[in-house]
Amino acid sequence: MLPHLFVIRSRKLETSDTFTLELEPIESGLEFSFLPGQYNMIYVFGVGEVPISISSDPRRKNRISHTTRMVGTVTKAMGMLKKGDVLGIRGPFGTSWPVDRCENCDIVIVAGGIGLAPLRPAIYYILANRERYNRVILLYGARTPEDILYKQEIEKWKSRFDFEVYVTVDRGTSGWKGNVGVVTTLIPRAPFESRNSVAFVCGPEVMMRFTAIELVKRGVKEDNIFISMERNMKCGIGLCGHCQFGPVFVCKDGPVFSYNQVKDLLFKREI
Amino acid sequence: MSVETLERILSEHPFLKDLKEEYLDLIVGCARNVFYKPGEFIFREGEEAHEFYIIRDGRVSLEISVPGKNPVVIQTLEDGEVLGWSWIVPPYYWHFDARVVEPTRVIALDGRCLRNKCEEDHNLGYELLKRFLTIVEQRLQATRIQLLDLYGAS
Ligand SMILES: Cc1cc2nc3c(=O)[nH]c(=O)nc-3n(C[C@H](O)[C@H](O)[C@H](O)COP(=O)(O)OP(=O)(O)OC[C@H]3O[C@@H](n4cnc5c(N)ncnc54)[C@H](O)[C@@H]3O)c2cc1C
Ligand code: FES
Repeated sequence: MLPHLFVIRSRKLETSDTFTLELEPIESGLEFSFLPGQYNMIYVFGVGEVPISISSDPRRKNRISHTTRMVGTVTKAMGMLKKGDVLGIRGPFGTSWPVDRCENCDIVIVAGGIGLAPLRPAIYYILANRERYNRVILLYGARTPEDILYKQEIEKWKSRFDFEVYVTVDRGTSGWKGNVGVVTTLIPRAPFESRNSVAFVCGPEVMMRFTAIELVKRGVKEDNIFISMERNMKCGIGLCGHCQFGPVFVCKDGPVFSYNQVKDLLFKREI
Repeated sequence: MSVETLERILSEHPFLKDLKEEYLDLIVGCARNVFYKPGEFIFREGEEAHEFYIIRDGRVSLEISVPGKNPVVIQTLEDGEVLGWSWIVPPYYWHFDARVVEPTRVIALDGRCLRNKCEEDHNLGYELLKRFLTIVEQRLQATRIQLLDLYGAS
């Protein structure tokens, strides 16, 4: 699959090491459809390719965004790009959050750190179809108040009566009046009806492990917990074997799995 | 607020759920309603711990003061949670400051009175210890997870 060329329409620094690029296809008339939770392989010319989740509203077909943390060679080079620069994009790839399969349920979205980015399209989708769901709750944990993504948007979400948003940080700085404690501490307190809840969880793997344990303790069925896995990827289409995780390939069987599907692997070392 | 209302609030609280009625009566006898304003300290590190608190609404931060620096907030507690277990563990001193972040209503329970009752009736003591151990376990677990720097690296 050849990459399509996309031009950077805007670049926003979200935190000290995380930025959001808004991209538009260069080919006129090209529409980009994706499902919440899917990712693209982003090619930074002359540097390399990385998988990054799509973080924009799936109803918008002419522009997409990606929120990326600068960790290594490709993401750091990507972070240096400016408005007007061009990227190559292959995608969308992978499985998605099962937003259509959980109507009339309480939705509990649990995000840790940059894990909020792959969940944002699901939030847009759910809020756009709000009448189909019961309670909708976001539990978001970040390292410090400065590491909180999408700050203004979170404030907007908080002001809605039909969306309950709880944010917590590991380390409060002076001036922070909100919650302090890891995201798992919000789960026992959150007001959802456990038996009728579906949870979408995204964050680093340890965070997802502890979150799933807390959700199960609260009575959420394992089948109703979904997590998004990360592995090193190369081809993105199940050919190269880079992303193999036990019997599954994260690139095409995931990144979104039900907890039941990957639970045993999640607790095994060195996979 | 009448004693009946306090009794209802306490009997419905998850922390005291399914406690024998006679024990609940005892506990209600040691309880009082208190309101705190933001910035007030409910207790401070090093002070004698002779109460614990069921937070009805509001938010309280547990902090450690660091000389010459801003206090470090280690956790916040809010509606429905229990604040303080040092009253049950000798030598009964608070380990942290508890500072009120938002206007907070609590039910304060007299730990000295309860300690005496627990000494007299070890079944009551065992019941309360089991419930407090669960809280201590949750806090320990949360602190350990916090040490992992959960959101830093994948
Ligand atoms: C399906 C999928 C979706 C993803 N979505 C996003 C997203 O929306 N936003 C985003 O920022 N990232 C996302 N990632 C992670 C992203 O792909 C990696 O951060 C990226 O591949 C790192 O490439 P690099 O060349 O910059 O770093 P490399 O040069 O490959 O690595 C440099 C160093 O960083 C470490 N490292 C690599 N990845 C991570 C990581 N994720 N966290 C911490 N340290 C790391 C490596 O171990 C190495 O030590 C996703 C990954 C997958 C598989
Ligand atoms: S990335 Fe090649 S098989 Fe998954």
